[in-house]
Amino acid sequence: MSFPEPKPRGPVLPQKRLKTLDCGQGAVRAVRFNVDGNYCLTCGSDKTLKLWNPLRGTLLRTYSGHGYEVLDAAGSFDNSNLCSGGGDKAVVLWDVASGQVVRKFRGHAGKVNTVQFNEEATVILSGSIDSTIRCWDCRSRRPDPVQKLDEAKDGVSSVKVSDHEVLAGSVDGRVRRYDLRMGQLFSDYVGSPITCTCFSRDGQCTLVSSLDSTLRLLDKDTGELLGEYTGHKNQEYKLDCCLSERDTHVVSCSEDGKVFFWDLVEGALALALQVGPGVVQSLAYHPTEPCLLAATGGSIHCWREEAYEPESGTG
Amino acid sequence: MAAPDSDSDEDLVSYGTGLEPLEEGERPKKPTPLQDQTVRDEKGRYKRFHGAFSGGFSAGYFNTVGSKEGWTPSSFVSSRQNRADKSVLGPEDFMDEEDLSEFGIAPKAIVTTDDFASKTKDRIREKARQLAAATAPIPGATLLDDFITPATLSVGFELLRKMGWKEGQGIGPRVKRRPRRQKPDPGVKIYGCALPPGGSEGSEDEDDDDLLENVTFAPKDVMPVDFTPKDNVHGLAYKGLDPHQALFGASGEHLNLFSGRPEGTSNLLGDIGVNKGRKLGISGQAFGVGALEEEDDDIYATETLSKYDTILKDEEPGDGLYGWTAPKQYQRQKESEKDLRYIGKILDGFSLASKSLSSKKIYPPPELPRDYRPVHYFRPVVAATSENSHLLQVLSESAGKSIHDPGTQSRHQLNASKRGELLGETPIQGSATSVLEFLSQKDKERFKEMKQATDLKAAQLRAQSLAQNAASSRAQPPSPDVGHGSWHTALRGGTVTTKASNFKPFSKDPEKQKRYEKFLASMKRGQKDALEHCLDPSMTEWERGREREEFSRAALLYASSHSTLSSRFTHAKEDDDADQVEVPRDQENDVNDKQSAVKMKMFGKLTRDTFEWHPDKLLCKRFNVPDPYPDSTLVGLPRVKRDKYSVFNFLTLPETASLPTTQVSSEKVPQHRGPDKSRKSRWDTSKQEKKDDSISEYLSLARSKVGPLEQESSPFVNKEEVHMKESLSDKPVNKGVDSQAEGGDSRPSMDLFKAIFASSSEEKSSSSEEEQGDSEDDQEGAGEAGFRSPQEELPSVAHTDEPAPQEPAPSFVIQKTQIDEREEFGPRLPPVFCPNARQKLEAPQKEKRKKNKEKHKTKKEHRRKKEKKKKHRKHKHKGKQKNKKSEKSSSSESADSSDSQSEEDTADMSPQELLRRLKHLPLQRQ
Repeated sequence: MSFPEPKPRGPVLPQKRLKTLDCGQGAVRAVRFNVDGNYCLTCGSDKTLKLWNPLRGTLLRTYSGHGYEVLDAAGSFDNSNLCSGGGDKAVVLWDVASGQVVRKFRGHAGKVNTVQFNEEATVILSGSIDSTIRCWDCRSRRPDPVQKLDEAKDGVSSVKVSDHEVLAGSVDGRVRRYDLRMGQLFSDYVGSPITCTCFSRDGQCTLVSSLDSTLRLLDKDTGELLGEYTGHKNQEYKLDCCLSERDTHVVSCSEDGKVFFWDLVEGALALALQVGPGVVQSLAYHPTEPCLLAATGGSIHCWREEAYEPESGTG
Repeated sequence: MAAPDSDSDEDLVSYGTGLEPLEEGERPKKPTPLQDQTVRDEKGRYKRFHGAFSGGFSAGYFNTVGSKEGWTPSSFVSSRQNRADKSVLGPEDFMDEEDLSEFGIAPKAIVTTDDFASKTKDRIREKARQLAAATAPIPGATLLDDFITPATLSVGFELLRKMGWKEGQGIGPRVKRRPRRQKPDPGVKIYGCALPPGGSEGSEDEDDDDLLENVTFAPKDVMPVDFTPKDNVHGLAYKGLDPHQALFGASGEHLNLFSGRPEGTSNLLGDIGVNKGRKLGISGQAFGVGALEEEDDDIYATETLSKYDTILKDEEPGDGLYGWTAPKQYQRQKESEKDLRYIGKILDGFSLASKSLSSKKIYPPPELPRDYRPVHYFRPVVAATSENSHLLQVLSESAGKSIHDPGTQSRHQLNASKRGELLGETPIQGSATSVLEFLSQKDKERFKEMKQATDLKAAQLRAQSLAQNAASSRAQPPSPDVGHGSWHTALRGGTVTTKASNFKPFSKDPEKQKRYEKFLASMKRGQKDALEHCLDPSMTEWERGREREEFSRAALLYASSHSTLSSRFTHAKEDDDADQVEVPRDQENDVNDKQSAVKMKMFGKLTRDTFEWHPDKLLCKRFNVPDPYPDSTLVGLPRVKRDKYSVFNFLTLPETASLPTTQVSSEKVPQHRGPDKSRKSRWDTSKQEKKDDSISEYLSLARSKVGPLEQESSPFVNKEEVHMKESLSDKPVNKGVDSQAEGGDSRPSMDLFKAIFASSSEEKSSSSEEEQGDSEDDQEGAGEAGFRSPQEELPSVAHTDEPAPQEPAPSFVIQKTQIDEREEFGPRLPPVFCPNARQKLEAPQKEKRKKNKEKHKTKKEHRRKKEKKKKHRKHKHKGKQKNKKSEKSSSSESADSSDSQSEEDTADMSPQELLRRLKHLPLQRQ
């Protein structure tokens, strides 16, 4: 006999600092969860990419091969590959297990700010300061990109991919959404340089953070403003933002060492976590659990909800 | 039976058939297992039931062709011996026997057809219907049903049949056999004109004269004329080559594509062919002897008597024209032979005309005037007032003709009385046609005066514009296009470079591109009528006009945009062929509107642009998405891109200084007309504050000569021009420059100034840099190109945080590098080799706070602090610090040269520093 689904609990926010990992790779440029949230990747300024178990705090592997600092990384859906991009203008496809470079895609004329796999990890999309997004084919041996999306007028700071869309935020103050299925490009003007964009998990909205210290929640289809979230400080740096695991809260880094949580619907500030004294430059939210990774300086911090009890054997 | 007891027998009701009682000693029968309970067809094959009951049928092996072993082709049998009796295979040859059986798909059994079926076949049904009619709510309602029986035959047929007509007979009273008509002797030639087509009754004659006199016959059936509409482009009565006829059919005859129905002769010959046993292959002189040909006796078209008619016949048996009253040409074939030789075969139902048609006189269409365009061009209506008389003048000039030309006043503008006046008629007397006539004399006079006054005004205006028109039309070729005069001057004004040909505005159409290039070439040689020569003479006047317009426009647009310049331009995203749009509307254009929309938080339609975008086919494949544009080869945004800040706009700049104002303004006119005249630069937000000053004017002129930097300036210059409605002298330029000189968002122009004069002190530039860095708009002004030019370096850009950018650069670079390390797009790196994370966290934070404080301070202070800070940290990363110092001193910068950094670094450094650095290298590696 099956009971009805228990009443949806109120969203729990990660408030307890579970772990602090000193990554030992210079500044942590970005921290990313893998697809199921069991592992995370940290991009270091010492040209390395590291794979961690954030809950146990164990370093699993170090991937070195970049020629300059690593700025972003992403894992494939099957955890078999990683991609990363960095200041050496290259996009690198890694084999997770062996730690070897599978392919190196060269062609960007500037630093690669952001990389993403598509849903099936057949294409890597990389956004660069050279104002292009390039789609690299992982299947063929083609050295040049499948397509170059050069509509941005300035550096591309953020790229996100859904099953049929590419969402790109650019420093020219526009969020561009390339809809492959419809064959259309939607360009939303936000005005201020965009530091980070992301889809909501239900795929209906896009969250846009820009350098005017504002996060905006836009309706994906119409471009209408659904919500505005302010209170944090983001005027200079490329900071990450994201939505919580159930789209209940909007999460953003801040330049004053905090991570801000806003209620998505009401727009009210729900929580401001003091992560560290410095800028919180990157964060990642667990895909299913209230677990937050925030990178500040050279370390990452793992936050869980208050009720969370670390499993036995957690080192 | 099943129950042995008789009592219970009465009580019980038994259904079904009882089992037979077992006999003694007999073993009970085993029930047939399920797998044996099969149905087989008459050939013993398993039959499966498909569909409801046995309605469906299965073919082959589990609905496949063939058997369990697969499909086996029928074994080859040589047909060499029995080729003659090999006939054309019909569908029946491939059908199974079941299909031909009574319930198959093609039953072969003899069945009564509908025609012969008894009408009262279904008596039961009729009875039922009668009953139903009686009991129906409306008695006799079913009577209607009787009337509305589904008609298998038309009423006419029914009626005819009732009257005793049978199919195959003609209609009409039965006829007695008529005596055969005398035919003219074939030997006797008949001279003169053809007989009138009256004697065609002869077609009803019959050869048969064995029949008795008193026997009447039904008239012959009439072949209805085929009235199917002709829907192909073949000749009349042409039928395509019938493969059956060509390959298997009568081989003795030439393939006759025009005989719908075989003629007598062809039948005859066909018979011969069949008799000879030749059925296959194409033969005849034209085809030679094929490999399939068995006998080659016939290849030279031997003439045998058997091919000719030896018997005189009235009419060909195969002919179906009985009764059809059209002339029978074959009766007169001999007479009309001569004509036929010319014309060929005459179609059925036609005969040669006896008298020739009087030829119609053909009048050529009237010649159109050379500059006639069948498209009406709407000119903006400008009321003639004193203020805009200049604009009016410009308009009329650009149009090449006067707007109010009394001579060319359209006749539609005249009313009847005016027309009458023109024709010299006397006005109609009689009933009053106008209200005026009811007015008193005094009022009439008053009206007249008023009218005269207005007329006078209008006449003056007309005269004025006429004079202008005359002047301008003399100067211009009669081309009607708008920018005609302007491109001429533009091209000959020395602005045309050889690079113009690098642009291929018509690359989609190579022919057109060729013409365009030719036009450019001849243009360079200074031919005035180049355009007329280059146009394709086979084009229509309208096409010519259109192309002329395009060429001249393209010549203007692409004139001096050579490749290096164009690569620095940002590209427009709109279609090239848009007729009226000078610079296509682009998402960038209405940034101001969008900004205000953003400010008002009116996101949505106002801030959204939607474009057609073509993903690469492979990308779609990889994304598992169907290609949205399966038949387009284009990738990305459609249409060839074009300079957004088109050269056109700054081509006008030198002209403004050098050319007479009328000329310039005539160029501007199309811009005014463009739908996007309110288009603004995203930089000139402060355009309201306008001020003239001579320095800026000078600057703008200087800038126009600076070369690559021009593209920076052109946008706002352009925009300013657009805003200006009146005659454009250099005023707008000044304003544009001014607007940039003032206000927080004026940075680009400031940078430009710096770039031009390259003498500004670093302090100044840095302070301006700081201020602008604060302003929000300044992020707006992010550079167009992928890489920013150093002046445009912004905090927003994720620029290098590497210690030492090196490339030598203009003077404002020093401050730039500082910005680089400070205002980094992403936090500064903590020292890599620092073991303690806590400390690491501290450093950038402190620095940051200071940074923020410093923002509004002057550059010098800032620098000092920086250095202090660095000294503070010196023990941690000496090497880095040194690098920074050295970089500062060398005043170098680089946005993205992070890769090449180390090499260049070393080049710049002193040996000591190098050594020091080397020492630190392993540390950095760790």
